[in-house]
Amino acid sequence: MPAPTHGTGTAVRPAAITARGWGWRHAGRVKPAVHGLDLDIRPGERVLLLGPSGAGKSTLLHALAGVLGDVNDDGEAGDSDESGSLLVDGGSPRGQRGRAGLMQQDPETQVVLSRVGDDVAFGAENLAVPRDDIWTRVHEALADVGLSHLPLDHPTSALSGGQKQRLALAGILAMRPGLILLDEPTANLDPAGVLEVRDAVARCLDKTGATLVVVEHRVAVWKDLVDRIVVLQPGSATDPAVILDGPPDKVLTEARAMLLGAGVWVPGHVPATRPRAAEPAAGTGNLLLAAEKLAVSRARPRRSGFRKIPPVPVQEDITGQVRAGQALAITGPNGAGKSTFALTLAGLLEPVAGKVSATTGLSRGAGIDPYKWKAEQLIERVGTVFQEPEHQFVTGRVLDELMFGPRHLGHGGERVDELLERLRLTSLVDANPYTLSGGEKRRLSVATVLAASPQVLVLDEPTFGQDANTWAELASFLSELLDAGTAVVSVTHDAEFSAALGGAELKLSAREKVAL
Amino acid sequence: MRQELNLQGNHALLSRANPLSKVAAVVLITVVLALSIDWVSASVALVFEFLLFPLAGLTLTLLWQRGWPLILAAAVGGWSTSILAPDSGRTLIDVGIWTMSEGSLEMGVGFMLRGLAIALPAVLLMSCTDPTDLADALAQKARLPHRFVLGTLAAMRLVGLMAEEWQTIGMARRARGVGSRGSAVQRVKATLGQSFGLLVQAIRRASRLAVTMEARGFGGGARTWARASTFTSLDAWVLAGGLLVAGLAMAAAVTAGTWNMVWLGS
Repeated sequence: MPAPTHGTGTAVRPAAITARGWGWRHAGRVKPAVHGLDLDIRPGERVLLLGPSGAGKSTLLHALAGVLGDVNDDGEAGDSDESGSLLVDGGSPRGQRGRAGLMQQDPETQVVLSRVGDDVAFGAENLAVPRDDIWTRVHEALADVGLSHLPLDHPTSALSGGQKQRLALAGILAMRPGLILLDEPTANLDPAGVLEVRDAVARCLDKTGATLVVVEHRVAVWKDLVDRIVVLQPGSATDPAVILDGPPDKVLTEARAMLLGAGVWVPGHVPATRPRAAEPAAGTGNLLLAAEKLAVSRARPRRSGFRKIPPVPVQEDITGQVRAGQALAITGPNGAGKSTFALTLAGLLEPVAGKVSATTGLSRGAGIDPYKWKAEQLIERVGTVFQEPEHQFVTGRVLDELMFGPRHLGHGGERVDELLERLRLTSLVDANPYTLSGGEKRRLSVATVLAASPQVLVLDEPTFGQDANTWAELASFLSELLDAGTAVVSVTHDAEFSAALGGAELKLSAREKVAL
Repeated sequence: MRQELNLQGNHALLSRANPLSKVAAVVLITVVLALSIDWVSASVALVFEFLLFPLAGLTLTLLWQRGWPLILAAAVGGWSTSILAPDSGRTLIDVGIWTMSEGSLEMGVGFMLRGLAIALPAVLLMSCTDPTDLADALAQKARLPHRFVLGTLAAMRLVGLMAEEWQTIGMARRARGVGSRGSAVQRVKATLGQSFGLLVQAIRRASRLAVTMEARGFGGGARTWARASTFTSLDAWVLAGGLLVAGLAMAAAVTAGTWNMVWLGS
């Protein structure tokens, strides 16, 4: 047993990957997720995996992490199918616990325990590392990801998304893996969080020399960190899975058109979007909604005995206007209360202080306060698209989902056909909304809200994690809506998206976190 | 809710004791109180429990915030017992079918005090015991299977998350035109739909968390523990304290002649 490593001794033995005609079909699926994969990754190489959705990138990462089993994402057990061979250091990944560390997209599920130190220690404990070594590793890993300023008993629930992902990285590093696998690690983060995580990964790789495989469609973020890009295509019986493989610059030049077609975010390219026909001057357009000295919070008032204690607002003193045919971008750092403000503006949360008022042009007799409107009154006035499309699905079929709003309002489905066509959902009318791809879910969630013909559309981070094609489609579609006189309010970190829509910006500043 | 599950900042003496010894002490006290409906044993136990508050870092305000459903339940139970119990002695209130006599009032007060005295130790235990420490003790000292204990612990973290998700789904569905206001039938239907949405999200989250845990090597055979769960002399004191409170409560009731075994009737 070697002595516990300190200081310079933290380099690990990097892992090698060999795939020969490897394929995988998930249980209950007809088509394989990956088919005919031939790939060699040398120890210490850093590889970016690209490809359209459905190319099996996540499946490959799960297989390399040794967690691909007979239970798929929907919890259905059944018989899955493996062909060919996929080896890490010449052996099956499943038999080598701790050889590879995997980080997934959703920061909330990358944290296992409720205290920072315990969470980092979790992997090392499972690998039966002796107790004293574990804490050495924990301190070192936290320092490597830049979280050493946190006390070990700091609650993990108090971390930001970027910090949670760095914590997950520390938990992986504490296992001293030879292979680090990142599955869209920054898709749910704001721009500052993205860089935070990317830089932490870079530092750790430089230090340990581990092999890296990362899946991410924002190429610019990872391009300078990787030394090879591999492009995959969806599994088919005849074609090989790898269609392109080489140094980043070479692949990006040679395959530019193909990558753009597949919706990959190629560095230096902003997808073309439909320009607005004629953008009205700032401050013109009928006033629909106004926020006045608004203080917002997601928490409800607390009751203490017979007194009602209002919650501590995440942001206050917000004043803003929503006008017909005008875009309004709500920007600001994480924790500034952007989404909370948007939800309050949309009549979904009760203001803590101040007020939201609808003009008669919008309220049409329903009253001045959107929060007091009935649900049916709300949807034909203000439509809200949530960040997570699945939160808004209320039926089991795409067409029913679209008809839901109009049916409730007693309308026909005139708008629905147009939306199906315009948002390329026609071929999916009978599908279950939960089974759609990320881009399709996003398009459907926008369409369902618009089916009720609201005058104001509120979107919460509509472009998070979207590929370039969905992004461009969405921006173009919204510019059409704006030209038709709809007001579009979007909470976004995406400067290019706001630029494509034009209009006004409401910038919220960060606030000191108030301890509860 | 997530804040309430977190005990950071509680440095009270009892928070340093091993959770297992605290559980044992609580069981001792509650078992004795469950044996008899009388006000003497319950009051004696209650007095000692209140004296223990500072040791557990608990205040009356915190007690009300965390334990109000239990306190209300005890009060309601006491009230209904004093009305419905068989009458004996002087009649105090007589409103048609409801009568309250000295005997039934005594029974009701005993019932209420006993409810409180049984509920308080559990609140005390929760307020000075970190779930992670409890899991460590259960796995390392009580030798429960670590897969089960740690799986439960990780799932508990998701409970707080689900509470937030419930609110978000409620808003997301209102934005689709599903009202949570309206007639009773409409509201029941809306709640059912919202529960289904939450269930879907819970399953997705849980399966992703399971992948995370498995990718960190969870589920194998031998594992080590970064935090040792240990017994110290403090734990002997905790056990002795539990024994003492239970013993004194019983002795006081027997001496006062109010000891009244539940199953022997009165």
